[in-house]
Amino acid sequence: MSLTIEQVEHIAELARLALTAEEKALYRGQLSAVLEYAALLQKVDTSQIPPTATVLPLRNVMRDDAVQPSLPVEDVLANAPDAEDDCFRVTAILEA
Amino acid sequence: MLHQLTTHAAADLLRAGDISSVELTEAVLDRIYAVDNDVKAYLTLLPELALEQAGEADQRLGAARAMGELAAAPPLLGIPLAIKDVISVEGVRTTCGSKILENYVSPFQATVVDKLRAAGAVILGKTNTDEFAMGSSTENSAYFTTHNPWDLNRVPGGSSGGSAAAVAADECLAALGTDTGGSVRQPASLCGVVGLKPTYGRVSRYGLIAYGSSLDQIGTLTKDVTDAALLLAAIAGYDPRDSTSMDIAAPAHLNLNLSLNLKGLRIGVPKEYFIAGIQGEVETAVRAAIDVLADLGAGVKEISLPHTELALPVYYLIAPAEASANLARYDGIRYGLSVPGASLWEGYRQTRGQGFGPEVKRRIMLGAYALSAGYYDAYYLKAQQVRTLIKQDFEAALAEVDVIACPVSPTTAFRIGEKVDDPLSMYLADVFTLSLNLAGLPGISVPCGFDGAGLPIGLQLIAGAFAEKTLLRAAFGYEQATDWHQQKPELISR
Repeated sequence: MSLTIEQVEHIAELARLALTAEEKALYRGQLSAVLEYAALLQKVDTSQIPPTATVLPLRNVMRDDAVQPSLPVEDVLANAPDAEDDCFRVTAILEA
Repeated sequence: MLHQLTTHAAADLLRAGDISSVELTEAVLDRIYAVDNDVKAYLTLLPELALEQAGEADQRLGAARAMGELAAAPPLLGIPLAIKDVISVEGVRTTCGSKILENYVSPFQATVVDKLRAAGAVILGKTNTDEFAMGSSTENSAYFTTHNPWDLNRVPGGSSGGSAAAVAADECLAALGTDTGGSVRQPASLCGVVGLKPTYGRVSRYGLIAYGSSLDQIGTLTKDVTDAALLLAAIAGYDPRDSTSMDIAAPAHLNLNLSLNLKGLRIGVPKEYFIAGIQGEVETAVRAAIDVLADLGAGVKEISLPHTELALPVYYLIAPAEASANLARYDGIRYGLSVPGASLWEGYRQTRGQGFGPEVKRRIMLGAYALSAGYYDAYYLKAQQVRTLIKQDFEAALAEVDVIACPVSPTTAFRIGEKVDDPLSMYLADVFTLSLNLAGLPGISVPCGFDGAGLPIGLQLIAGAFAEKTLLRAAFGYEQATDWHQQKPELISR
């Protein structure tokens, strides 16, 4: 399983990662090696095997929809690169 | 030499009034100042906070003594501990070993830290880790590599390498780590300390910064098995803030005043864990350790975990897939590094491209690929199906035996730089530890010898889900029959 540079670029876009040309070449080789190793799994017949998403015997843990104390807004915003009027400030996504 | 004390020995001295927590904490801080330039275990040190907490602990001890209630005081009262820097301590920087969180100060605290603080433990600082706990050597830390106290030219293992090295070098009495694919047990093995990974669901992960959510578990690094039991009792239990923590009462106190006799205990030795590529001295030491367990009365037989060789590819699809989702939150908007871009999209790309290190990028991309349209069934779903087979292997084996005994790591500590250019060879360092996470089971690494270069070797014991008591009984029996855990490193380069 060898990835192309275009595939590496596609994955990087999915993951929102800006990569340099050197990184693309490096990750192309390294990711291909790991995926080649992962091909071991294709030899296993799993047609009758259910997937395991969690090891716990839990499904849909429910709780009452009750208001709980939460962090003060100033604490939540303390790490924000940019904040205004008790909100996180972000780059505009729509044209005015 | 107060810094050399175990948690339980220090607790006895504190109760007897022979030492104070302030004296103990000062001794450990002095030790850190003396050796951490070489070991580099700590990312953040909190001397003022620690001494303030130690003073409070002394007051609590004094009040308990005056009331004649010392026996009821929590065992960790006044004990200085270290916390892996992926676990949130309120008001303290939590970096996860990443530049993307270099200036992030946690506004809240992990449940495990709440529990330790309620028990009166003293927090010394935050220990180094591979970035976002992804790695087996701490070389993926964006800050520096921690050095193995047994040979400063070698890695301490990872990702909880800072915690393991701190315990081994007596820079804390015990520490918390996290284990997603072996990140407590492997560094414990490489540093010659005890590393306990509890059952998935045993310990709340609220406030643990997520890596692989179906695998992550908080564990302990300690100087002996008794301390592992003490710390587990302090941090275990259901937490409404973590819906994956189980409402199964943790043993209030894992009483280890057990008979050292292991008669009746059934131990299985999986043949798939003694493979080509394992260092000969590791196999010899682990087999000798199994002989000791047999001498203590345990019944030993060979078992098979037939899908063992598939655990590595399964893990390196599932963990990255979960990581790619978990690490989507680092967008430069709410916290962490923020690199402005011409558009929101460009800001995300630049922030993440500059903020994450190479291993994190590799795993995010691997995960994004395994989850992407057209590849989901072939990679992610397939890995989840084979995960079922691995889990069934353990269920079948643990129907016949109580405890599984095997190596932790195929080799002793490798040299710094030896594997950094070959991610796949680094991943192979986890080959004996990650199947346990896929099955959610508890495991422990106990020191069981040294190789010819004087580097520690670990024995791994594995038990059924929520069977920590059985696990600790076996580990304690072995430990008490040997003296490997009492050896101390010289902190030299070899």
